[in-house]
Amino acid sequence: MGYDPARQLGCKLVVEMRPVAVVGIGKTAFGAFADRDLRSLAVEAGEKCLRNARAEPSQVESFYLGNFAGPAFVGQNHLAPYVSTALGIQGVPSTRIEAACASSGSAFFHAWTEVAAGVYDLVLVVGVEKMTSQPTARVSQILAEAGDCAGEMKVGSTFASLFAMIARRHMHEFGTRKEHLSMVAVKNHAAGALNPDAHMRKRITLEQAMNSKPIAEPLNLYDCSLVSDGAAAVLVAPLERAREFTAKPVRVLGIAQCSDYVALDQKADITTFPAVRRAGEQAYRMAGVTAREIEFAELHDCFTIAEIVATEDLQFVEKGQGGPYAFAGFTALRGERPVNTSGGLKAKGHPVGATGAAQICDLVLQIRGEAGERQIERHSLGLAENLGGSGATCVVSILGAVA
Amino acid sequence: MYTETVIWSAPEAFAADVPYQTAIVMLDGGGRVTVRVLGGRVAIGDRVTEAGPRAGIPFFRKA
Repeated sequence: MGYDPARQLGCKLVVEMRPVAVVGIGKTAFGAFADRDLRSLAVEAGEKCLRNARAEPSQVESFYLGNFAGPAFVGQNHLAPYVSTALGIQGVPSTRIEAACASSGSAFFHAWTEVAAGVYDLVLVVGVEKMTSQPTARVSQILAEAGDCAGEMKVGSTFASLFAMIARRHMHEFGTRKEHLSMVAVKNHAAGALNPDAHMRKRITLEQAMNSKPIAEPLNLYDCSLVSDGAAAVLVAPLERAREFTAKPVRVLGIAQCSDYVALDQKADITTFPAVRRAGEQAYRMAGVTAREIEFAELHDCFTIAEIVATEDLQFVEKGQGGPYAFAGFTALRGERPVNTSGGLKAKGHPVGATGAAQICDLVLQIRGEAGERQIERHSLGLAENLGGSGATCVVSILGAVA
Repeated sequence: MYTETVIWSAPEAFAADVPYQTAIVMLDGGGRVTVRVLGGRVAIGDRVTEAGPRAGIPFFRKA
């Protein structure tokens, strides 16, 4: 069987799906920007993306906004047309997708389905979050609402505490050590220091990472991603039209979105994310590649343990071996399979709703050979994994160079 | 006790309680629940017993 993405996603094949390309990318810097509001960030990313693709707002046929909690963070709802009209996009479907930290990964997945199915040709995805106008305890509260508020969150859990419990269990079952977690932070900060758009461009030592203040044991400050403002945008088109917009189209070879329980305590085994495993398997099948062939990846390191578990669930390494694999440097910027060459959520920053789209932008930069100081040598096949909550949503995308 | 953590950075509603321990407990009758731990610290594998709900929050302590 040839290229048959719909059937591999478990859909009835009613149309022949088209190969899809990313033809434009645009990002704001990530950071704490007191003078910027949600809409201005989203518009900046969207305009950069359209310019990058030499496209006009009037050419956009459908618009997706990935955003987790605009209403709670900035008191604005009905965000998709609020942003799209400010971009000069008028009259077309304008849809907000909320899937916690996987909001814009999911928006990208839905943009892909529309283009692949032939519904529209040119679909713009913007992911945005404006978080830093709220104090830390309020941010924790808003983020906690992506968990099960009637259960796990009622007792005072935070997302850090949920991933801390995952880390504890992973340590208990597989012998994963605190320094394995800390090395992920050291590695991602080293890459982030080379990314001009990163929130935190600062290298850290293993000792600093091991000894920062506790957040939820065994996770400390350097195990946690950053609370950031920022936006990222991706323009998607049929592959056959890609060269109208760019000399360097990047093909979406495989993509899948999978789901699971929202509450961590409903999962049989918290050391693995079934939604990640399933999305990875589907995306590999669609792309016709194995995990071994993936040259580099942007993985969802909301907490250091999450990157370790992702390398296992995506079959980069055997179950339980993610800690030693990271510690030995295999996933470092100059390692055999670099993970988070952007600095990841850890150092680049994690404006929740922007993260999935930003991961796609970072894959495209590497594949095009435009990643500057952090450019890696083998960069023709990359994977992005965008996780929502403690594993309730996962989007895996595999992107590749077009010969 | 299936897994646990001690929280040092809390959501606003729990800021006054820091530090506090939360855990996922495997119930004898089956199923799991996320709870707050009362009294001494517990570790994976410890047997715990219900210490009653307070303000709607399930509290457990070391058995």
